[in-house]
Amino acid sequence: MFPELNNLLNVSPEKPEQGTFTLLCNNKTDGSFLVHHFLSFYLKANCKVCFVALLQSFSHYNIVGQKLGVNLIAARDRGQLVFLEGLKSTVEILFGSEEQPNTLKFFRESDTDLKSLFELVHKALTPSGDGDAASWKFPVLLVDDLSVLLSLGVRAVAVLDFIQSCRATVCWQLKGNVVALVHDSDKTEDEENALLMNALGHQSSLILRAEGLLTGFCKDVHGQLKILWRGLQQPKAEQTRSLIYQYKIQDKNVTFFAKGLSPAVL
Amino acid sequence: MAALTTGFYAASKGGAGDPTAGGSSGGKCSFRRKSPAPGSGGGVRWRSIAGTRPSVRNGQLLVSAGLPALDQLLGGGLAVGTLLLIEEDKYNIYSNLLFKYFLAEGIVCGHTLLLASAKEDPDDILQELPEPLHDDKYKKELDEVSSHKSQGELDISMKIAWRYQNLPKMEQDGPGSSSRFGHYYDVSKRMSQEMIHSVKCHRFFLPEEITSLPNVESCALTHGYTKLLHSIQRIISEEGFNGSCPQKKQKNILRIGIQSLGSPLWGDDICCADTPEHLHSLTKFLYVLRGLLRMSLSTCIITVPSHLIQNKAITARIRNLSDTVVGLESFLGGEKEANSLYKDFHGLIHIHQIPRLNSLIGDVSDMKDLAFKLQRKVFTIERLHLPPDLSDTVSRSSKRDLVESAKQLSLGCSVMAGGKEHLDF
Repeated sequence: MFPELNNLLNVSPEKPEQGTFTLLCNNKTDGSFLVHHFLSFYLKANCKVCFVALLQSFSHYNIVGQKLGVNLIAARDRGQLVFLEGLKSTVEILFGSEEQPNTLKFFRESDTDLKSLFELVHKALTPSGDGDAASWKFPVLLVDDLSVLLSLGVRAVAVLDFIQSCRATVCWQLKGNVVALVHDSDKTEDEENALLMNALGHQSSLILRAEGLLTGFCKDVHGQLKILWRGLQQPKAEQTRSLIYQYKIQDKNVTFFAKGLSPAVL
Repeated sequence: MAALTTGFYAASKGGAGDPTAGGSSGGKCSFRRKSPAPGSGGGVRWRSIAGTRPSVRNGQLLVSAGLPALDQLLGGGLAVGTLLLIEEDKYNIYSNLLFKYFLAEGIVCGHTLLLASAKEDPDDILQELPEPLHDDKYKKELDEVSSHKSQGELDISMKIAWRYQNLPKMEQDGPGSSSRFGHYYDVSKRMSQEMIHSVKCHRFFLPEEITSLPNVESCALTHGYTKLLHSIQRIISEEGFNGSCPQKKQKNILRIGIQSLGSPLWGDDICCADTPEHLHSLTKFLYVLRGLLRMSLSTCIITVPSHLIQNKAITARIRNLSDTVVGLESFLGGEKEANSLYKDFHGLIHIHQIPRLNSLIGDVSDMKDLAFKLQRKVFTIERLHLPPDLSDTVSRSSKRDLVESAKQLSLGCSVMAGGKEHLDF
C-alpha cells in the first residue's frame, strides 16, 4: 500500500472503512497500481480478501506484493486470501477434462450470467462457522478487471447483476467492501464499457480515476488521479467532494503531489 | 545464474528450482530471483537458455524481437510469456517484415518455432526469411548508407547547430556489443536452407487443418481459432515448454508467430462487418492464448489488420488483452507520401503499449515520435526529425501543412499517459 494514498483517502489499515464499494477507473493509462495498493492495504488490515484476477497471473501480484510488503503465498496458505486466477481456469476449461468444476462457465457459452462466479465469491467470503474465520476483520472482494468480462462475451447487464449481488452480500450482509477496476472509455468507442462504468459510478461511494495528463507524456509525472467521494450512506445529502492529484510511480512506491508541484519542477 | 520468467515453475521452499512433473494445476506458481552471487549456482540448476537475457531492471527473462532498435524501444526485449501485437500497416508490407525478423531471430538463437497462417503456407514463409549479417558486414552497411547521403550535401558538419551534431539518432548498442542478444539481418538475401532446418519448426496452415469438424471443446470460438489453440496447447505440453517434462535438461523457448489474425481468412468477420457475428471470438482467443503463454516458456507475435476493423471497441479490447502493442503506419499510397516532411522515411511506428510485468512500472522509452525506413538491406527505426523548411516560397499554406502533420505525430505517443487535446506550441 502507498502511505501517501492512505493519507489522501483518510484511511489507515488500523481502522478501514466498511460497507463501501470503491470503483477504480483508468483512462488511457494503466491503473493497476491502484489494484496493488488495495490488495496490500486490505491484507495488512487483516481482512479476508477474495481476489478475482482475470488479467494477470498469481506470480505477478505476488512479486509486486512483496515489494509492497505483503506475502501473497503466506496469505493464501493461512486462508486470508482466496485467489481466483482467471487465466489458469480458462485454460483448464478449454483443455482440461470435463469433471473440472467450472466457475468460469460463462466462457463456454455466450449470453450467460455470472452466477457461478458469484457463488464462488459467496462461498469464499461467507464465514464458515469454524473458529479461525472469525479472526479476520471483514471480507473484501477485489476484482481486476471487469472490462475483460465484456471481452469474453458477457453482457454488461450480466456484469452489473453480478456486482449488485456481490454488493448485497459483501457490503450489506457481511459488512465488507468491494473494489473493482473498470477501463474508462468514450461512449463512441466502446458503448458497453461506458454503460458499465456509468452504472457502477452511480453505485459507488468512492471513485478513483487514473488518467493521463492532458498535455501528453511526461517522464516525471505519470498521470493524474481524481478522487471522488460520494456520500451515499449519509442520511443527509452530503456534497460530493473531489480532489485531483498527480502521481509518479516508482519501483516500490507511488508519490502523490498537487497539480503542477512535481518535485522535478520545483 | 537464475533468471526470472513470468512465473510458472513451482518453487520449493528455498531449494532447487526443479519444476514439478505434470504442470499440475494446484502448483504454487513462483520463480527464482536472480541469486545474489550469480556465479555460485547454489541450489538452482537452471542453465541460461540460448538467446535470452534477464532484464536489467527486474530480472525478467527477455528474448529479442529480431530488431535491436525495436528491442531498445520495448525496454530491452520481449518478456517471455507475453504477447506482441503488431497492428498492420495498410498493405501488410512492413508488418510482415517485422514478423519475419522475429522468426529469423528464433532460428538464429535455436528456439523452436510454431508458425500459423491462413493465407500463406508456413514453409513458404520460412523460405523468405532474411539472412543474418555478421558484425563487420553491418558496419560496412551503415557506412555505405551514410556515405550515400553525404554525397548530396555539401556540409556534413553543422555550422550553426553544432551542438546537435553529437546527438545520437537512436540509442544504439551497436553490433559489436558483448551480449549476443539481438542480431542484424540482410533483407535482400535469404536465409540458408541448412540454417532453417537446424531448428524444429511446427506449422499450422489453416486450409489443411480445417477439413475435419471439431470434436473438441470449442467455447463459441470460430473453428479456425479452436483448432489453433488446441494445436498450440498440444505442442506446449508435448514438448515440455510448460515444465511438464522435467527430465529434459536443456530448456528452450517456443516462438509462436500467427499471421493476420482476425482477417476473414480465419473465418472471422470483425474486419468485414460493423456489427459482426463473431464479436467475441478473437478476444476470447487472445485471452486463452494469454493464459497459455503465461504458463509456458514461449513468446508470441501476432499481426492483426486493425485498420480494417470498423468497430473501435474491438480494437481497444484487443489492445488491452495484449501485452506489447506496436502499430505501423506506412506512407504508401497515402496523402503523406507527397508531403515533403516525410520524404526520408517510409512510415511511422507507434509503440502503443508496454507491459508492466512483475512491477509497478514498465520500461518506457523517452522517444515518442518514431519513424522507420527500409533501406536496401536493413530496416531502421529512427527518431522522426522535421527537415528545415527550405522551399523557395515559405508561404502560409505550407506552414499550415506542417502544423497539421505535426499534430498527427504526438497523438500517437504516450505509453504512460495520453492527453485528449493537442496543444500546438
